[in-house]
Parts: sequence; C-alpha cells; structure tokens
Amino acid sequence: MKIILQNLTKEFPARGKKTSGNVMAVDHFSCQIPDGELMGLLGPSGCGKSTTLNLLCGLEQPTEGKIFFGEEDVTTLSPELRGVGMVFQNYALYPHLTVRQNIRFPLENLKGKDRLSKEEMEKRVTETARLVQIQELMDRKPGELSGGQQQRVAIARALVKFPKLLLLDEPLSNLDARLRLQTREEIRKIQKKTGITTVFVTHDQDEAMSICDRIAVMKNGILMQQGKPQEVYDHPANLFVAKFLGTPPINVFSGTVSKERLLIGGQPVLSVPGVADQNVWVGIRPEGFLIRPDGPLECEMNRIEVMGRDISVISTHAACTEGTLRSIISAETAPKEDAKTVRFALKPEKVFLFHAETEAVIPVSGERKES
Amino acid sequence: MKRNHFKAWLYLLPALLFLIFFMVYPLIDVLVYSVEEGYNFASQTYFGVGLYNFSYVLHDPYFLQALQNTFILVVITVPLSTLLALLISAGLSSIKPLRELFQTIYFLPYVTNTLAVGLVFMILFQKTEYTDGLINLIIEFFGGNSVDFINGPYWAKMFVLCVYTIWVVMPFKILVLTSALASVNEDYYKAARVDGTPKLRIFTKITLPMISPMIFYLVITGFIGAFKAYSDAVALFGTDLNAAGMNTIVGYVYDMLYGESGGYPSYASAAAILLFAIVLTVTCINLLVSRKKLSW
Repeated sequence: MKIILQNLTKEFPARGKKTSGNVMAVDHFSCQIPDGELMGLLGPSGCGKSTTLNLLCGLEQPTEGKIFFGEEDVTTLSPELRGVGMVFQNYALYPHLTVRQNIRFPLENLKGKDRLSKEEMEKRVTETARLVQIQELMDRKPGELSGGQQQRVAIARALVKFPKLLLLDEPLSNLDARLRLQTREEIRKIQKKTGITTVFVTHDQDEAMSICDRIAVMKNGILMQQGKPQEVYDHPANLFVAKFLGTPPINVFSGTVSKERLLIGGQPVLSVPGVADQNVWVGIRPEGFLIRPDGPLECEMNRIEVMGRDISVISTHAACTEGTLRSIISAETAPKEDAKTVRFALKPEKVFLFHAETEAVIPVSGERKES
Repeated sequence: MKRNHFKAWLYLLPALLFLIFFMVYPLIDVLVYSVEEGYNFASQTYFGVGLYNFSYVLHDPYFLQALQNTFILVVITVPLSTLLALLISAGLSSIKPLRELFQTIYFLPYVTNTLAVGLVFMILFQKTEYTDGLINLIIEFFGGNSVDFINGPYWAKMFVLCVYTIWVVMPFKILVLTSALASVNEDYYKAARVDGTPKLRIFTKITLPMISPMIFYLVITGFIGAFKAYSDAVALFGTDLNAAGMNTIVGYVYDMLYGESGGYPSYASAAAILLFAIVLTVTCINLLVSRKKLSW
C-alpha cells in the first residue's frame, strides 16, 4: 500500500508555564512511500522521527496535514482502524503472556467480519512464527528469551494481523553490535518476503543506508532530503545531510570561491564553473582525496590508520572545521610514515559546496576540474 | 574460621537479643500460658497442663461472637476495599488535571487519627436524644425509617464498622495502587492501542496482570490487618465491646487480660494462639494462590 504524508505538522504545547509558544515536533512534512518499499526515517534524537511514527499509527493526531493509506484518508482514524503493525524500541511484549499468547493478542481484538475462529487464529500464529523462525519458543515467556528472540516475537506480533503498514521504532538499538547486523538483514528479508510497506526509524545512518529502499533525513521536525540511499549520499541537499550520512563523516572546510575557482586556505584547489564569488562551506568525502606530490591541498600529517585494503590518513589543515581531517586512500599510494606533510588532489564528484549561511548545496554547472 | 564465626555472632548480638527478648520469649510465653490450666495471676500457680484453655475459649459465647465479627469484617472489607481502591486509583491515573489534589484528598484519612475519625462517624451515624445523625436525616428525607447504627441492631452496627474499616484502610491501598499503575510502561498501552484492544480488555489483560503483585501484597496485608482489628470497633462502640456485641478477637484477648472481666492470661493466650493459627493459615493460602498466579 502506498503511503502519502501531506504537509504533516505536529505541535506540542511547550512544557513549563514561563515559556510560551508551541514546540514543532514535525514541521510540514511531505513524503511518499511507494507500495512495498522499506523507508528509513533518519535523524538525530529529538528530530521528530518518533512523532512522525506516532502520527502514522494514529497514537497522535496531527495539528495540520493529511495522511493517506493508498487512496484512503486516514488522518482522523483511530489506531485500530488503520491496520498498522508496530514494533517498539523496547518491544513492549506482555511479560505475563507466553510467546504464543503475545502473538495471538492482536488477533483476539478483531471484531465483526474480521473475527477469526480459534483454528484460524492458531494457523495465523503458527505461520507468522515460522516466518520469523521462533516456532520452538512458543510456550516461553518473554523474560526467558534473548534480546534477538524478543525482537522476532515483537515483529511476529506486528505482522500477525497482516498490517497495511509496518512501523519499526529503533528496532535494533537494544541489540548488541553483532546481533544488530544479523537482525537488520533478517528484517530486510522478512520485509521483502511479505511485501508490506515499512517505515523504519533509526538514528543510525549505517543501518538505514544498508537496508532501506529509500531514506528520509529529518532535522528539527523538517524533512531535509529524501531519496534512494546512494542518491542522497552522492547528492546531499545541504550540509546537515552531508554530515549526517557516511562513516567516517565528511570533512568540512571553510573556503572561498573567487573567479570560478575554489580556494581553501587561500590555495586554489578546484575550478567550479558557474559559481558566484562568495564564502562557502566545502564538504569533501573521505574517499574524495588522492595522494599526489603536486596536489593543491597541503596538510600536516598526524598519523596513518591501517584498515586493510585501504588506509586512513589523519592530517591537519587550518581551514578544516574539525581541526583534523580524515581521508581514505588506497594502501598502495600511502605516504611515508614519517612524512611531515602530505599533499592531496581532490576528486571533483566527492566535493560539495554549501552556502555559508543557509548551508544549502550550491550547484556547480559544467565540468569541475582540478585547477 | 572459628574466630570469624565468633565475630559474626558478635555483630548479630544486638539484633538477636532484641528479637529474643521482644519476639521469641513472648511468643513462647504465650504458648506456655495457653496450656497452663487454672493459672492464677496473683499467686503464679497452676493445676496442670492441657488444652482446657482452648476448649474454654472455643466454648465462650463472647469469643464465638468475636470470631464471627472478625470473619465478617475480613470477608467484607478486604475484597471491597481493595476493589474500591483499584477503581479509584484507575480513575485517578486516567485524569490529568487536579490529579495531585485528588491524590492528597484520598490520602488524608491515612494521616488522620483513628479515634478522631471514629468521632466523626459517631456524629454521622449515632442516634441521640437531640438528633438522629446525618445519615438518618438523609434516610428520612428519602422516606425511610431511621436506624440506630451505633446502639441498634447487629447488622446496622456491622455495617458502620465495615464502612469505617474500609474508609480507614483505603488510602494506603490507593497510594500503593496508583504508584503501581504509574510504573506500568506506557509502551504496553501504546502497543495495545495500535492493535485495537478495547479499553476494558487493556485493563483486565494488561494492567491487572502487571500490577497483580501489588494487589496480592495488599490482599495479604489487608487480611492480616483485618484479623487484627480492634481500635476501629473501640472508636465506634466504646470499650465495652462484649456488651455491644461488636467485639473482635484482639478485643477479646484484651478483655481477657485487662477488661472488667479480665485477669485470665491463660484464656487470653489461648485466644491469641488461635488468632495466630488463623492468620498463618490464611496467609499461607494467599501465598500459595499468588505463587500459582504470578509465574512471570
């Protein structure tokens, strides 16, 4: 089912009596989730991801805007009429019920024409349990399960009623690192198998990039950018998105554009045709550096970190906002360990210019070349 | 090793001494008293050892009356007060504005003196030469016949005693249950709502099991407290409870020791032992039931 969010806005009254005005948790959020896709809702904590999720499942009512499930306007529908399944960050499994009873719980709430007989319920529960591979745990209580197993039970409980939309609220954050990798693959597989449109909330960009069909990056309730993970990574719309995506993070320099040339620390490093003279933020992905003896960007060498196939060169440049910059280069071109300075050339497609105040990306027309 | 043992006992000594003098010794003493036949307090002598004291107590109409009163009190007030407290705390938890104010109001009886509360109940219920009492005025207003709740028929007195007891024990239960309700993770309710669970089902299938340990705690302490009731009856009906027919087991024990017909520590001890046996049995049953129900 296709999900459409239109100008979705949620304001909360500000806490405390002295502060007036409302807090905008979600601010005119518009986005479309194509049928059967896994959409990652990404952003730092407090950016409104969870509120968006609550609006989608109906636990919160939007102040403004509309939500469509397919053609149907569900904005004012209560949660039970929307047919959404939700997995909570702490799983919220009922501790006094067995796994079987937990999974059956949503089915027992069905009324009227949706009502199921005992046998049908049992069949659905068993099928769903098989899907997430917990058949042998059915008579245990949640307290007797590991974190990963609880996670599967929670997913089974969300899936058992065949939801139109599956919502996952930070489903991996309670798992240890290894299990997290494994479980995210699992979630991806289950989602593909069932074909249920899914929204996956996370603050971990790695998680979102690796399994999602689309990602939407949020900041302070505002949608910053959405698209396929690779697209968003390759063409960030602003400095925030550029910084938020990618590990290691992007290196940011303060620079200037003068006569269609980009200068960092007064040195021309790249030609940027079609860009007016101004101060800019320059974002360079770690993989955008090339070691070149005559490279235009001269940095002080700090150390080299060996990563196997690649190496990571940590160096310092005065114009870099973080102080140190991290570049990832092929091991064959490694500079000498005891070198004092290192010179880089830049890969033009890995360099982004951002407006000094608005931080929006500045489009570069024509060919960018090394100058 | 030996030295360490000695040290351990040394550290335990103050608590042990305290327990031995004020718990173990009196307990044994009560047991001894209860089997000494014809014990004379003044001369400290007795005829022999046997179960006559128990037989006497069990045939004493006053004790049987006290036993009956206590059981009625327990059976009525414990379930009713727990149920009412549960409803009130569920109500309190679901309102937002003025919740603190209501919580304070509901908790006030807990910090009020039992005898003062008894006085207020007297004013509400007692029929005197000057007035019929507020409750009777209300009954009369609706066309009923006035009843003397304090000196009248048995059921009326029992009714007042039960109302009074429930009123006195409820604040603590409300306090415990509201905090138990508040400690249930909000996510369970969110999950239930997303799954379209009706409100009543949420309450019975999620809330109740979640707070059931607290409910069992309240029931057990409630039973024990109700079996030991005494001051409530005194507050309402004065010290001559046998005459009023409203005595309780603890009241009977007191009367046997110090009352107007008192001076029989053996009978008092036998009654106390009987009470102890009853409370122990009921508590054990409670624990067995709760262990079966609370297996998560």
